[in-house]
Amino acid sequence: MFSKTLHISTSPHIRQGMSTDMIMRHVVYAMMPLVIFAVVSFGINALLVIVTAVASSVLTEHALCRWSGKSSTVSDWSAVITGILLGLTLPPIFPLWMTFLGGIVSIAIGKFVFGGLGSNAFNPALVGRAFLQAAFPVAITTWHPSFLEGRFYSISKSVAAFPFSTPVVDGISGATPLTAFKFDKVTADTADLAFGFISGSTGETSAVLIILGGIYLAVRKMMNWRIPVAILTTVFVLSGILDLIDNQVYPSPQFMLFSGGLMLGAVFMATDMVGSPITPKGVVVYGAFIGLIVVVIRIWGGLPEGVMYAILLGNALTPHIDNLIRPRVYGTKKTKS
Amino acid sequence: MQKNGSKGEKNSTDTVLNLQSHTFRHGVHPPENKEETNKLPIRQFPFSPLIILPMQQHIGAPSRIIVKEGQEVVRGQLLAEANGYMSVPVHAPVSGKIRKIAKVPVISGQMTEGIYIETFHYSGQEVNEGIPISLDTATPEQILKGIQDAGIVGLGGAAFPTHVKLKIPEGKVCGHLIINGIECEPYLTTDHRVMLEQANDIFIGIRYLIKATGAKQVIIGIEGNKQDAADHLSKLIPADLPVTVQVVPVKYPQGAEKMLITSLLGKEVPSGGLPIDVNAVVVNVATTAEIGRLLPHGQGIQERVITITGPGVKKKGNYLIPVGTPLRYVLEQVGAAENISEVYMGGPMMGVAVSNLDISIVKGTSGIVVFGEDNIPKTEKIFPCIKCGACVDACPISLNPSKLGILAKSEGYDTMAEEFHLMDCFECGSCSFVCPSNIPLVQYFRLSKGIIRKRNAEKTAKANV
Ligand code: SF4
Ligand code: SF4
Repeated sequence: MFSKTLHISTSPHIRQGMSTDMIMRHVVYAMMPLVIFAVVSFGINALLVIVTAVASSVLTEHALCRWSGKSSTVSDWSAVITGILLGLTLPPIFPLWMTFLGGIVSIAIGKFVFGGLGSNAFNPALVGRAFLQAAFPVAITTWHPSFLEGRFYSISKSVAAFPFSTPVVDGISGATPLTAFKFDKVTADTADLAFGFISGSTGETSAVLIILGGIYLAVRKMMNWRIPVAILTTVFVLSGILDLIDNQVYPSPQFMLFSGGLMLGAVFMATDMVGSPITPKGVVVYGAFIGLIVVVIRIWGGLPEGVMYAILLGNALTPHIDNLIRPRVYGTKKTKS
Repeated sequence: MQKNGSKGEKNSTDTVLNLQSHTFRHGVHPPENKEETNKLPIRQFPFSPLIILPMQQHIGAPSRIIVKEGQEVVRGQLLAEANGYMSVPVHAPVSGKIRKIAKVPVISGQMTEGIYIETFHYSGQEVNEGIPISLDTATPEQILKGIQDAGIVGLGGAAFPTHVKLKIPEGKVCGHLIINGIECEPYLTTDHRVMLEQANDIFIGIRYLIKATGAKQVIIGIEGNKQDAADHLSKLIPADLPVTVQVVPVKYPQGAEKMLITSLLGKEVPSGGLPIDVNAVVVNVATTAEIGRLLPHGQGIQERVITITGPGVKKKGNYLIPVGTPLRYVLEQVGAAENISEVYMGGPMMGVAVSNLDISIVKGTSGIVVFGEDNIPKTEKIFPCIKCGACVDACPISLNPSKLGILAKSEGYDTMAEEFHLMDCFECGSCSFVCPSNIPLVQYFRLSKGIIRKRNAEKTAKANV
C-alpha cells in the first residue's frame, strides 16, 4: 500500500549524499590492494581464483534477478564484494570450477533465498566458503607457498583441474602458520605475518594492507570501526591471558592477531552491515563474541582456523543482540523489551 | 554558565557562552546554506492586489468569519473570530474590499473556508489600532486573552495557538521560559534577522511572557552559527529582566522543543508529555517579538518575516510579507526561474512541498525554498535497508528507524507503536537524511502514525457507543 507514495517528494528534501552503491564501491576499492598483493605473492593462480569468484557471483546475481523477474541488482556492487571476499578466503591454487561453484552458492544460498541484499542473515561469501569447506575439505586446506619463482606464468594443475575431477596437488605444500602451530607448535615471525610473507589464503596474508583498507573505510564512515576493534581486542586480551598462564602451550597474542584469516574476517567480513547489529553497543557485544569464539576454536577446537565459523555464529546472534540491546528512547525511563 | 540580569559591565562572551555540557543525543549536520540571506535586512514586501486568506492557519478549529462579501475592511481589522479556546482569530492583512467568501486552496491539497480581499491600491495601509494590553496592569489571564485576540500562533512553523501553550496547568510551575532562537533548519534566516533587528520587541514580548507564565528565569537559546545575534541580544538585555543568552553548538534538530530543553536544561521531557512537565515553556523568538509588537497596540497579526531563498530565485532575502499573499505573486516578485520544479514551505528538513502555486502565505510559513529544474537533487535510487545503523545514530529520540521502516512495509503498525515507540517520532527527517539506501522513512512513519491514530479513534468511538 506504500508503493505509490514512495515516489512523492516528501520531507526531508535534502539528503546527506552517501548512497548504498557508493559504500559498496568503496569497499571494493579498499580491497583492491589485497587483490594486488595476492597476485604479487601467489601469482597468476590467485588472480584466476579471484576473478573466477567475482565472475561467478556477479553472473549468479544477474541470472537470479532476471529469473525472478526483477531488474538486475548487480549495479549495487554487493555481488562484487561477495566475489572478491570469497576469492580472498580461498587457497591460491584452489580449483577454478570449485571456486565458481562457491560463488554460485554464496549468492544463491547466502543471499538470494533470504530475499536479496539487506535480508541475508549471514555474510554470503562465508556461506559460500563454508559450503566449499564441507564439500572439498582437502582442496581447501591445500596451501601453497608464496613468492615462488615462476608464479606469474605457471598455472597450477590444481587450479586448472577439470570440473568435477579431483585436483592433483602440486608437489609443494606450504603449511600456513596456523596449521603449523596447531599441529606442530611452530609459530611464525610476527613481522612476516604482518607484512604477508607467509602462506595462506589468497587475501588474508597481509595484515598491514587489510588494516589500511579498514582505516580507509572507517575514515569515510563506510565501516563500523567498532567491530574490528572489538574482535581484535577480545582476541588479544584472551590470548594474552592464556599466554601468561602458559606460554609453552598457548600461542602469543601477536601471533593470534596476525595469523590466519582473523584480520581479513574482522575488517572485511564481520563488518558486513547486513549481518551485524545496528546499535553501537550491539556491535561491541557482537565483536567480543566473535573474538571469543575465534580463540576457543583455534585453541581448543579441532580446526586450525575458526574465524569463518565465529563470524557466521556472530551473524546468527545479531537479531538477538538487536532485540536485547536497544537504546533508551528519549523521555522514557527504561527500554521496554 | 548562567548569569542573571546584572548589566553594564558584563562582556558579551561571558553571557553567551554555554559551558553546560549537555546536548541531546544523536542529531545530524545538514549543510546550512544560510550565508546567502543571513546578512540581508528584513524588507517590506509589496502588497499583492489580491489576498487569499484561509481560515485555518493554525492547529485547532477554523476561525469563524464575521465579515460580509462586498464589505470594505481596514488593515488590522478583525475578519474572523476564534472558534473556541483551541482557535485564534484572523485579521485583515491589507485595507481593501472583501471580494468573496469561498473555499481556498491550502498546502495539504485540500480546500478550506477562506476570504478573498481586493487590496486598495492607493491606501497607505496604516494599521488599525486596538485596545492596548498594559504590561503594568494586565493579569496573566488578560495577557493570554490578548495573545489569542492578536491571532498569534507559533511562527516557527508549527502554528500551534500560543495562548494555549502558555497556559500553565493547575499544579505546575514554569521555572524556565525558553526563547527559541535556534532556527536549525538549513536555508532559513528568519529568526536570525528578527533577533538582529527586533531586539526591542523581543524584550517587550519577554515581559509579557514572564507575566503570563510566572517564569523565574528566561533563557534565549541560539545556535553557534548566529553568534552575532547572540552578542547583539546579550548586550541589550534590560537590567531588570532575568534573561540569559545561551549559545549551543549547531546540530539539527535542536530547534525542536524537546531537544532544546535537553540542550539547555539537561532534562528530558517525558515521552508523551509536554515541556511544562519539566517546568519549562518554549516560545519561538519571532513569536515573542510579535507579542511584544502587537500587544501594546492591541493589534492582530497582519504579516510575518519569511526567508525566500534557494537556487531557483534571483532576489533572495528576508521579507515582511502580508499573510494571505498568494505564493504565485511572491514568486513573481522575487524573480523565480521560469522552470521552477520544486518549492517547499518551511525548511528542507521538515518543510512541505507545494503542489499548487495558488496557495498563499500563512502565519506558519517561515521560509520558501525554491529549486529550478537544473538544480533539484536528482531522485535517488532506493535500495533495501542494509542495516548500516546510520539512522539509529541520527535519531534524536533514539528510535530504531530501520526496524520501524521494515515494520511499516509489512504493516506491523501495532508493533511499531507499542514496542518501538513510533508515536514519539516527531518527523524531524534526520533518519531519511542520512539513509544511504534513500528509504523514505519519514514518509512511512507519517502514514503509519495516521493509520494508528485513525484506528485508535475508531476504537474509542466504538467504546463510547
Ligand atoms: S523522523 Fe522520527 S524516527 Fe526519524 S530521526 Fe526524526 S524522530 Fe527519529
Ligand atoms: S539508514 Fe537506511 S539503510 Fe541504514 S539502517 Fe537505517 S534504514 Fe537501513
